[in-house]
Amino acid sequence: MPRIVLEQVRKSYGAVEVLHPIDLKLNDGEFTVLVGPSGCGKSTTLRILAGLETLSGGEIYFDDKPISALDPKERDIAMVFQDYALYPHMNIAKNMSFALRLAKVPKAEITEKVQRVSKLLNINHLLDRKPAELSGGQRQRVAMGRAMVRDASTFLFDEPLSNLDAKLRAKLRTELAEMRDTIDKNMIYVTHDQVEAMTLGDRIVVMSDGRIQQQGTPEELFKSPINRFVAGFIGSPTMNFMAGTLTEANGQLWVQGDGCRLPLSAEQASRLKTFKGADVDIGLRPSSITDDVSRGAPIELRVVVSEYLGAQTVLVTRCGGTELQVEMSSAGRFAAGQTRTFGVVTDELMIFDRDSGLRL
Amino acid sequence: MQIARINRLTPYFFLAPAIIVMAVALLYPIGYMVWASFLDWNPSQRIGEADFVGLRNYAKLLNDAAFLESFWVTVKFAAVVVVLEMILGVGLAMLLDRQLRGMTLLRTIFILPMMIAPIVVGLMWRYMYHPSVGLFNRTLKSFGLEPVPWLSDGTWAFASIVIADIWQWTPFIFILSLAALQSLPRSAMEAARIDGASGWQLIWFIKLPLMLPVLIVTALLRLIDAFKVLEVILVMTNGGPGLSTEILALRISRTASEFRELGTAAAMSNLLLILLMALTLAMFTYTKISEARAARLRAAASKDH
Ligand SMILES: Nc1ncnc2c1ncn2[C@@H]1O[C@H](COP(=O)(O)OP(=O)(O)OP(=O)(O)O)[C@@H](O)[C@H]1O
Ligand SMILES: [Mg+2]
Repeated sequence: MPRIVLEQVRKSYGAVEVLHPIDLKLNDGEFTVLVGPSGCGKSTTLRILAGLETLSGGEIYFDDKPISALDPKERDIAMVFQDYALYPHMNIAKNMSFALRLAKVPKAEITEKVQRVSKLLNINHLLDRKPAELSGGQRQRVAMGRAMVRDASTFLFDEPLSNLDAKLRAKLRTELAEMRDTIDKNMIYVTHDQVEAMTLGDRIVVMSDGRIQQQGTPEELFKSPINRFVAGFIGSPTMNFMAGTLTEANGQLWVQGDGCRLPLSAEQASRLKTFKGADVDIGLRPSSITDDVSRGAPIELRVVVSEYLGAQTVLVTRCGGTELQVEMSSAGRFAAGQTRTFGVVTDELMIFDRDSGLRL
Repeated sequence: MQIARINRLTPYFFLAPAIIVMAVALLYPIGYMVWASFLDWNPSQRIGEADFVGLRNYAKLLNDAAFLESFWVTVKFAAVVVVLEMILGVGLAMLLDRQLRGMTLLRTIFILPMMIAPIVVGLMWRYMYHPSVGLFNRTLKSFGLEPVPWLSDGTWAFASIVIADIWQWTPFIFILSLAALQSLPRSAMEAARIDGASGWQLIWFIKLPLMLPVLIVTALLRLIDAFKVLEVILVMTNGGPGLSTEILALRISRTASEFRELGTAAAMSNLLLILLMALTLAMFTYTKISEARAARLRAAASKDH
């Protein structure tokens, strides 16, 4: 499997720069997840890798070999398109086996592969139908199957599970995780789904506006995001942000927010001392606020809505003028309108510069 | 009640003038022609004076070697030009289906022949085929080659009218195929490229099958038209030499004006009309079938999900 390196890759359509120079290294056999808001250039990155779009600058290397001049078919890539891109005139079996038939794979082997993959994807009863006779989710599974029957060295998935129901999605996620562990392929996977990104990715790349914001393991991104954007993007429910200032009182560094004041831990204080007086944004993960006051600094929150989700309850609360989400593992009842004291695990606080958004 | 009925009838009031004009302008001549085909009628007689001969005109035609020859020439001509024009037109469309500078201009130039009046096309080609001063023979001569009897030898004459027709009508197929090609789903073609299809495989397995509905209708339209050609051939060869280029339309016009057998000419026209109707019917059936299939697909897709 080639090691893929993108070096200063740029893409512009006319005057519109869609990808600013991007540098990305994908290690051999790694499962890389691309995440980012709509329109940030994820699909464009995949299409450039596949050879469907030309580069406006920079170079792509497969194992140190520049490949930007190669045709898609010479790159040994399988891809699941965001819009499925099925062949309208072929039935599902033909759709899935097209690449194998072009490659002159023996008939028996083709049948066997198509059967196995279609069973896995729960589309084996649809093999005789044309794409127009399928629902959106079924088409998406065919698109997935068309890539999975192939034996390419690199797989590109553009939001392959976005249209499936929760159960099927969970099943295929497990399937993909297994594929990741058992077969040695490069996989690049675009998704909007936090759970997919966190559970599947060996490495996550967060993009926004055609730039890579940060890349790293799921844990690195969750625990030490480099800026407010990444912190807000990774994690579900998303991180709460509150405007505040860094102040010092009683020999202790505090962040003063609207209607609350939280102490910083010694480790954070030593790092942030130089920023005393600065305007900052306080980042608070919903899971860092507990109803167990003894576990953290006290904070008074007024409950606005309580969303019961089964295993956990998400509270929407207010602290001064700022809305904060709180994730409770217990199913305790919290009446709306009630004000009570919660505990903030201050070790997990993140402080971001107000202007640049960088984590301090 | 009353108002509802009037409302229901309103469309027919609006349609009435068109229907009356159609009936007079279209059905009357056709009816006239059908009636005439049962008569032994000579242009110096009024239609009422002609003798009724039943199906004798038709029976005569089926044993008339000249008519059968001309029928064969027509079929051969239509088949050859449609096949060649389809290959050339679709091929050109494949070649020119790309975003290059100046392509719009090139495409416009390509469709010019179609816009020239047929008589003019005929005159132009006759001049170019001229044995001594024509463009082709002069060019051949300048290369030191033998002149070709473009219009004076039976086989060459047939080839010559085929060439002229191809020149004039390939653009028609070209623009329709180009339109079809440009409306194909881009992403399916991208998927095929990733699946490893070469340029030819892309054309063969993806583009042509997806264009097929348009191509079939185009071919049928061209076929219907090819059976009716007259002017270009009339001007170029007037059916000669011998009967080598005498297509049906020409034969009909000669039967009426030279041989003065209006009844026989009408019978021939009817046979041609029947043939064209069969082709038109084939086209309608084809579109109906594909529409029905599309509807069935849609129904199936909405039924289960
Ligand atoms: N052919 C094109 N011409 C001009 N601009 C384009 C073209 N294709 C994409 N873009 C622009 O490039 C940007 C990135 O598009 P891209 O499809 O990569 O987004 P994405 O991250 O995949 O978004 P989504 O999550 O919605 O799929 C968008 O702003 C889009 O408008
Ligand atoms: Mg996309």
